[in-house]
Amino acid sequence: MLSFILRRLGTFIPTFIGVSIVSFLFIRLLPGDPILLMAGERGMSAERHAQLMVQFGFDQPLITQYWDYLTGILRGDLGISFKTKRPVWDEFFALFPATLELSLCAIVFAVVLGIPAGIIAAVKRGKWPDQVLMSTALVGYSMPIFWWALLLIILFSGMLGWTPVSGRISLMFFFPSGTGFMLIDSLRSGQAGAFASAVEHLILPTIVLGTIPLAVIARQTRSAMLEVLSEDYVRTAKAKGLGPLRVNGLHALRNALIPVITVIGLSVGTLMAGAILTETIFSWPGVGKWMVEGIGSRDYTAVQGGLLMIALIVMVVNLVVDVLYGLINPKIRR
Amino acid sequence: MASTDATTDSSLPEGSKRDSMLPDRLRPSPFKEFWGYFCENRGAIVGLFVFVAFILIALFADVLAPHSATEQYRDALLQPPAWQDGGSTRFLLGTDAVGRDMLSRLIYGARYSFFIGVIVVVISAGTGVLIGLLAGFARGWVDTLIMRLMDVLLAFPSLLLALVMVAILGPSLINAMIAIGIVLQPHYVRLTRAAVMQELPKDYVTSARVVGASRLRLMFVTVLPNCLAPIIVQAALSFSTAILDAAALGFLGLGAQPPTPEWGTMLADAREFVLRAWWVVTFPGLAILINVLAINLMGDGLRDALDPKLKRS
Repeated sequence: MLSFILRRLGTFIPTFIGVSIVSFLFIRLLPGDPILLMAGERGMSAERHAQLMVQFGFDQPLITQYWDYLTGILRGDLGISFKTKRPVWDEFFALFPATLELSLCAIVFAVVLGIPAGIIAAVKRGKWPDQVLMSTALVGYSMPIFWWALLLIILFSGMLGWTPVSGRISLMFFFPSGTGFMLIDSLRSGQAGAFASAVEHLILPTIVLGTIPLAVIARQTRSAMLEVLSEDYVRTAKAKGLGPLRVNGLHALRNALIPVITVIGLSVGTLMAGAILTETIFSWPGVGKWMVEGIGSRDYTAVQGGLLMIALIVMVVNLVVDVLYGLINPKIRR
Repeated sequence: MASTDATTDSSLPEGSKRDSMLPDRLRPSPFKEFWGYFCENRGAIVGLFVFVAFILIALFADVLAPHSATEQYRDALLQPPAWQDGGSTRFLLGTDAVGRDMLSRLIYGARYSFFIGVIVVVISAGTGVLIGLLAGFARGWVDTLIMRLMDVLLAFPSLLLALVMVAILGPSLINAMIAIGIVLQPHYVRLTRAAVMQELPKDYVTSARVVGASRLRLMFVTVLPNCLAPIIVQAALSFSTAILDAAALGFLGLGAQPPTPEWGTMLADAREFVLRAWWVVTFPGLAILINVLAINLMGDGLRDALDPKLKRS
């Protein structure tokens, strides 16, 4: 097991270096030099320009610049935001809880609906519940989620007036952010209605972000269940006279869940990509919206830092999923 | 596709002539066999029909569209569709905020989405298959280097990487297509490499090598045709991903620029009218959904028909 983990780490480190090179090159590949980009349209004198080039180390050879960047990352230094002049690291982690909260809700939504849907489809294979569920899943899988978000807004916010359109909580409530998770903070604040308002704001973004993972999980659960249901031990369990609930629920599901768990782990990337769109539409103050705004306002150090951190998060989650998978399934370790 | 020949031939008794065992009329041509499997999947047929319809709409947009895609009818701003109060048959699906005909814009939009799909698949499959062949044949450090590079590309969420590349290249439809093509390419590299490594130890490759086929011939003439099945399935899937991602970039203002009637860009323009004029929001998204859904249905059918592992026995 240890050698498996070490081998997996052996591919993690080169990938990490590659990812850091990509994000390092990002600013240097932009047309124009970084200092001019920072100055924006105001421009600056030649002396000031030269002085800043030295100050930020852009006069050094590329390899030295990269080394400084890499050691900076390891110290938690992602540079200073062009726009806010605050450390990018701090900005990222101030916003990240919002993205994490939304992503967790979305994945819970996807799992809670997706796994039962997949099981029902597999057990009723070829019959109408299977066809209905799988057609729905395919529609969900093909959904342009930014449009889906607009449709839900038209229906639930516009026509029915049930849910708010944007933000994390109503402006009526104000309390210091403790954990960064609005659901927890609003409960802890003790203000009446704060928690309900936070939940209301979460519903639509959760549905939008969870739709594609939901479809993927339902399809994956169905095919994993179908595979397991044709195994000998399931037939044996049936032959022993065990009821369908016990056979499907206990014997089959436990093994079918292994690939499903991997899919859940691997959907972090999908969630991060989806968060960019979802957060932009619902004005959700997370890292996805921050990145889009960073590109719009040419805050390139912020974009660079976000790019690196999001890739790192995806990589770490994939690593953990792989190791867990190795723990559950010894065959994969070899 | 000649992929099954090796196995069928070995199952024949030695010395028997092929035609004595199986008359030609019982042995379907590879295309017929493929078509047979494809037709078993009703969804795939529906998908194919819709997709062909989209291609026809794209081709004949000039004839089909009742108005120009960019002409602004100042007397009919945000006019609702014909069947609603205030609508007229002049603009069947209504008009947008500057009085352009929705239906015509949607029809011309089919051109863009088809064009995006084709170009992105050509970019990603073209380079991806080449690199994958190289990795599979070269092995050793070349292989390791290529695969690590692909790991790096795959570590970034696709839309995020495309977004950042567009930020470097500048927002335009062409740059969006290049970025999406690069982002989707690692999947082809991995697929091709895996298929090549599966084919290389087979007898037919060895015999071609013994006969003295050059490396290039081995790569492109001997091995590649037998690796095509998963690549074709992937091409269908990335066609739909390309349309979705390009629309997403257009929606974020980083893809096609207004007044291009690209569906995602149309949605971006429509955002502020979301609660006032449902039709400017609903139709472009519906067009994207139907298009992507049709291609995914077709992709599922292709996979059933081409992927021997999943082929029903």
